[in-house]
Amino acid sequence: MLIYRNGGGYTINGRVKIPGFGAKGFGLPVKANNAKVILNGGQRVTFLKPDGYFSFHNVPAGTHLIEVDAIGYFFSPVRVDVSARNPGKVQAALTENRRGLNELVLEPLREEQYYEIREPFNIMSIVKSPMGLMIGFMVVVVFLMPKLVENMDPEEIRKAQEEMRNQGVPSIANLMPGGGRSN
Amino acid sequence: MAMAIKLSILLLFFLSSLIPTSFSLYEDQVGFMDWHQRYIGKVKHAVFHTQKAGRKRVVVSTEENVIASLDLRRGEIFWRHVLGSNDVVDKIDIALGKYVITLSSEGSILRAWNLPDGQMVWESFLSGSKSSKALLTVPANLKVDLDSPIFVYGGACLYAISSIDGEILWKKDFTTEGIDVHQLLLSDGSDVVHVVGVTDSSQFDTYDIDVRNGGLLKHASASFPGGIYGEILPISSDKFVALDASRSLLVLISIKDGQINLQQTQVSDLIHEASGNTAIIPSKLSGIFSISTDTFIAFIKVTNEGKLDVMEKVDKMVVVSDALPLSEGEQAFALVQHGDSKIHLSVRLVHDMSSNHLKETVKMDHDRGFVHKIFINNYVRTDRSHGFRALIVMEDHSLLLLQQGEIVWSREDGLASIIDVTTSELPVEKLGVSVSKVEHSLFEWLKGHMLKLKGTLMLATPDEIAEIQKIRLQSSEKSKMTRDHNGFRRLLIVLTRAGKLFALHTGDGRVVWSSLLQSLRKSDQCTHPTGLKLHQWQIPHHHALDNNPSVLVVGRCGPSLSASSAMSIVDAYTGKELHNMGPLHSTVQVISLPFSDSTEQQLHLLIDADKRAHLYPRTPEAAEIFQRESENVYWYSVEAEVGILRGYGVKSSCNLEVPDEYCFETRNLWSIVFPSESEKIIATVTRKANEVVHTQAKVIAEEDVMYKYISKNILFVATVSPKASGPIGSATPDESLLVVHLVDTVTGRILHRMSHSGAQGPVHAVLSENWVVYHYFNLRAHRYEISVIEIYDQSRAENKDVLKLIVGKHNLTAPVSSYSRPEVSTKSQSYFFTHSVKAISVTSTAKGITSKHLLIGTIGDKVLALDKRFVDPRRSLNPTQAEKEEGLLPLTDTLPIIPQSYVTHAFKVEGLRGIETVPAKLESTTLVFAYGVDLFFTRLAPSRTYDSLTEDFNYALLLLTIVALVVAIFVTWVLSERKDLQDKWR
Repeated sequence: MLIYRNGGGYTINGRVKIPGFGAKGFGLPVKANNAKVILNGGQRVTFLKPDGYFSFHNVPAGTHLIEVDAIGYFFSPVRVDVSARNPGKVQAALTENRRGLNELVLEPLREEQYYEIREPFNIMSIVKSPMGLMIGFMVVVVFLMPKLVENMDPEEIRKAQEEMRNQGVPSIANLMPGGGRSN
Repeated sequence: MAMAIKLSILLLFFLSSLIPTSFSLYEDQVGFMDWHQRYIGKVKHAVFHTQKAGRKRVVVSTEENVIASLDLRRGEIFWRHVLGSNDVVDKIDIALGKYVITLSSEGSILRAWNLPDGQMVWESFLSGSKSSKALLTVPANLKVDLDSPIFVYGGACLYAISSIDGEILWKKDFTTEGIDVHQLLLSDGSDVVHVVGVTDSSQFDTYDIDVRNGGLLKHASASFPGGIYGEILPISSDKFVALDASRSLLVLISIKDGQINLQQTQVSDLIHEASGNTAIIPSKLSGIFSISTDTFIAFIKVTNEGKLDVMEKVDKMVVVSDALPLSEGEQAFALVQHGDSKIHLSVRLVHDMSSNHLKETVKMDHDRGFVHKIFINNYVRTDRSHGFRALIVMEDHSLLLLQQGEIVWSREDGLASIIDVTTSELPVEKLGVSVSKVEHSLFEWLKGHMLKLKGTLMLATPDEIAEIQKIRLQSSEKSKMTRDHNGFRRLLIVLTRAGKLFALHTGDGRVVWSSLLQSLRKSDQCTHPTGLKLHQWQIPHHHALDNNPSVLVVGRCGPSLSASSAMSIVDAYTGKELHNMGPLHSTVQVISLPFSDSTEQQLHLLIDADKRAHLYPRTPEAAEIFQRESENVYWYSVEAEVGILRGYGVKSSCNLEVPDEYCFETRNLWSIVFPSESEKIIATVTRKANEVVHTQAKVIAEEDVMYKYISKNILFVATVSPKASGPIGSATPDESLLVVHLVDTVTGRILHRMSHSGAQGPVHAVLSENWVVYHYFNLRAHRYEISVIEIYDQSRAENKDVLKLIVGKHNLTAPVSSYSRPEVSTKSQSYFFTHSVKAISVTSTAKGITSKHLLIGTIGDKVLALDKRFVDPRRSLNPTQAEKEEGLLPLTDTLPIIPQSYVTHAFKVEGLRGIETVPAKLESTTLVFAYGVDLFFTRLAPSRTYDSLTEDFNYALLLLTIVALVVAIFVTWVLSERKDLQDKWR
C-alpha cells in the first residue's frame, strides 16, 4: 500500500531501486549510502533503509512532489496525489516524462557521469590538433603544391598571377561582417 | 582603444560560433584547481564509542543538524548525514554497541544508523498527540525477551522501542495526565522506568512503569505551590533537585516507599553571597549537583539523609561535563577553566571532590575564545590507571580533542556556518623575495613536461602517471602568498555565525588567518551578538598603497532589528582588528556607497531603525564628500511583512540632542504598497554592485542591434497570493498567483510586471546586466520552471541609422539616468527545470565580455553551470539561418541537465546556502565559491580559456613540433637544392 491514514495526516511509503543497491543488507556501494528522499523541495528529508524503502509520515492531503538525491544517478521528481476522499489509492507520476506509476517504486532514469572520459590516444587527435594541422598544411605545401604547379599549363599560371595582382592584397576588412558589402 | 574594440568584436564572433560547450572536467583534474572541505558545525551532543577494539569513534550531533561519526585519532569524518531543516535532532545515543540512535522532530522520529558505515537501519515514526519535550534513554544492559528496548518520551507519550528493528513494543499515553515530563530514569538492574515530571507547574509527579508491558506500577505526587524554574535534575535514582519559580529556593525531592518528600532550602542560606540569576546546571553528576549564579558556580553534595553541603565554589566561566562512570562504581567528571591563552582541565572523582584526579594545562589559541562545552571519555592505561580524553567545543565553534595535556586534533567547524563572504587581493610580490626558489630549474621543468607528453601518448607506466598527478596537484604556484598575474590567488574572507572571521587561500583552501572579533563577542552590553554583513572597507589601488586592504564587519547585539549594533574594521592581510566600535545605534541596512576618500576608504551608510542614516568613516573628509554627493544618494527598503517597498533620499543633518554631523535625516521619496489580500512579497533581488557590463549593444541576427536597458537601480520583486505562500501541496493552482515586478529603485517606477497564474514560490532569482532569471514552482504542470525576462531600451533603437550617427543626431552619449524615463521593452520565456533549487547565481568576469553561465545550486547540494544561452527568451522552434549563425538554440520546453556541467562534479556541498562568484583578472575566468555545511571552490571559464594556455598545455609537444618543422624545412631545402641542380644539369 502506498498511502494510508495515520492520525492527523497520511503516510507515503515508497521504494527507491538503484541497480546493484539494496540487494542484501549492508555492504552497499558508498554511492548509494548517502541517498536522500526529499518531499516538496526540502520541507522534509528522509533516508533509505537497507532495502531501499522510505516513508514520509503525517503528510497532509494534497499534491506533493518527491525528489530523490543520490550521487551518480538522475531521478525524475515524482508527483504524488494524497487524496482525502479515497485513501489508499495510488496516484503517482514522473514529472519528467509524465509516466504514471502503479506503485511508488522510483528508479533512476539514467546514470550520471560527472567527468569527461579521456579519449585513448589515437593518431587522429594529434592530426586534428592545431599543431597537427600545421604540420599537415606544411606537408601539403611542400610536397603537393609543386606537383600541382607542374601539372598546370604555364599560360594559366601567368593568367592567375595577373588576376591576383589586379585584386590586390586581401585585407582583414573583407573578413569582417559588413565589411564585405562595400566590395 | 580601437584595437581593443576590434579584438573584442573578433572575440565575440569567435565565441558565438562555438556550440554551447559546457564546463567539464576529466577525473584526473579533480583537486587541480578546486578544493572541497567537509565540516559538521557546532557540536551539541557527543557520544563516545571506544569500548571495543578497532576504530575509536565519537558520534556527534550539531547545530547545523548534522549527525556524524568522527575518527577519535585524527578527527576525520567517517560518515555524516545532514538532516532536514525541520527535523532537528533532539538526542543521540548508541544502542547495542553497533547502532547510532537519533531522536528528532520533537521526539517524533527515531532512527538507527549503522555505526561503521552510517547506513540507516530502521526508522520509527512516533505519532504523538501534542508537542512535548523529547527524551531518550538507551539502557546499557536491559534484556526483555531477547530484545533491548529503547525508551523514548515524545509527543506526551512514552514508548518502548525494539533496538533491533525499531518496532514499537508498547506505548503509554500521558496526555490525559497533563504532566510535563522532565526526566526518564532507569536504574541499573531494575525493570522499572521512572517518569518524573511536573503537572500544572505546581505538583511533582512520578510514575513507575513496567519495562515489559508499559503497565503502571506506582504513581506518587506531591504538590508544590511555588512552581519551578527550569528543569528537575536527577541526583540519584530516588533523589531529584529543582529550583522554584522565584529562583531563590532549592527543592530536594526524595522518593521513599512510594512517598514523595519535599525539602526546601534557601539558596542564600547555602551560599551567602548568592546574587540573582541562580540556575541549576544540567550536568548529570551523581550525588552532587551544581548551581550557577552571576558570579560563580557552586558544587553541592546531597548526603543520604538529604542534607545539602556546599563543597566548592569555582569561577563562573568554568564549564562542567557530565559524569562518566568508571569501574568499581566510581564516577568522574571534568571541569575546564579558562586562563590567559591557556585552559586548565581537571578531572575529579565524584566521591572525592577535594582533590583533582588529573590536572592538565593546555595552551589554547586566543582566537578560539572560551570553552562552551566539554565531553569526557576514559581509557585504561598500560598501568591499569584511568586516562582521560576530553572533547571540547570552543566559542568559535571549533572542536578539539585533548589528551595528556595536548591538543590531539582540532576541527574548524565554525566554517560550517558562513554568514557572508568577500574577497581580498594578496600582497604584491616585493623585491628581494626570491621567486627562483619556488620555480624549478629548466631541466626539471622540461622533465615534467616530457612526463606529461608520455602521459598524453599513453606511454607512461602507472608509476609515472602517479608522478604526473603529484606534479599537477603540488603546483607550488597556486598556494603562494602573493598576487598573481591572472588573479587566481586571492583571500576569501568569510564571517561565521560564531563571530569569527577567516581568510581562506583560494589556491588550496587553507586558513591563512582567523580572528575572533571582539565586537561580536558576548558581553554585558551585547548579550546576543550576531554577525550581519561583511563589506570592503579599504581597497588600496592608486593611493595609500602602503596600507593593507581592510574589511568592515557589521553585527547586531540582539535578534530584533532595533537592537544596537557593533562594528569592526579588520586588516585583510593579518586579521588584526584595527578598530572596533559598539554598541552603537541600531542597523537595519548597510549601504556601500560608490565613493571613497583620499585613503581609499569606502564610504558606507548605515540605516538605523528610525530611518536615520549614519555615515562611516566618521571623518570630516568623508562628510564633505557625502555632502557634495548626497543629492544622488538613494536607497530602498523592503518591508516584506506589510508588503511595502519604500525609496529614500537624504534630507538634512539629524536633529539630535547631541549634535552629530555624521548622522542624516532621510526623506521618503516613493512607496509601492502591495495589497495584502492578494500579494505577499517572497523574494527581492538586485544587481551585484560591482558587476561590469562590457557593452550596451547586443548584435542580433540580420546585423540588427538591440540596446540593453542597463541600470544599477533595478529591483526584482516577486509576490504570491497569501494562500500560496506555504509549501508545495498546500495550495491549489486556482488560488495561487505569482507576480514578478521590475522596479526602478530611484523613482519607484514599475518598469515591468508579469504574472504567472497557478505558480507559487519559493522563488530564487538572479539579476545581471539587463536580465533576470527566476525559479519557481508551476502547480498546473507540477514542475519547477525557470523564467527569464530581458529588458531593452527602446529610446536608443533608432541609433541604428548610420546617417544619423554621422550627422551626430544620436543619443548614444546621453547618460543613462533613472529620471529620463526611457521607453523599455521586455522579452521573456519560461522553461521547465527538473530540480528544486537552493541558490542561484551567475558567473562574473573582469570586463564582462565572456558569456555568462548561471550557477544553480540544486536540492542535491550540487552546483550546476547552465549556459545563459539556454535561457534566452529569443529561442524559437525553428530558428532562421541568421539566428543559427548568431548562436541561438532551437526551443525546447525543458532546460538540459548535463552531468558534466556540474561544477562540483562528484562532490556535494552539503547544506548549500550560497554561491559567490568573483572575477579573476583574466577575462575568461571566474572564481566560484559555494558554501553551506561544506565549502567548495573552483575556477570556471564559461567560454573556455581563450586568453591563456591551460595548465594542461603540453610544451614538450610544441617543442617537438617545432623541431620537426625545422627538420622538415631543412630536409625540403636540401631536396629542392638537389632538384634545382638536377634541373640545371638537364
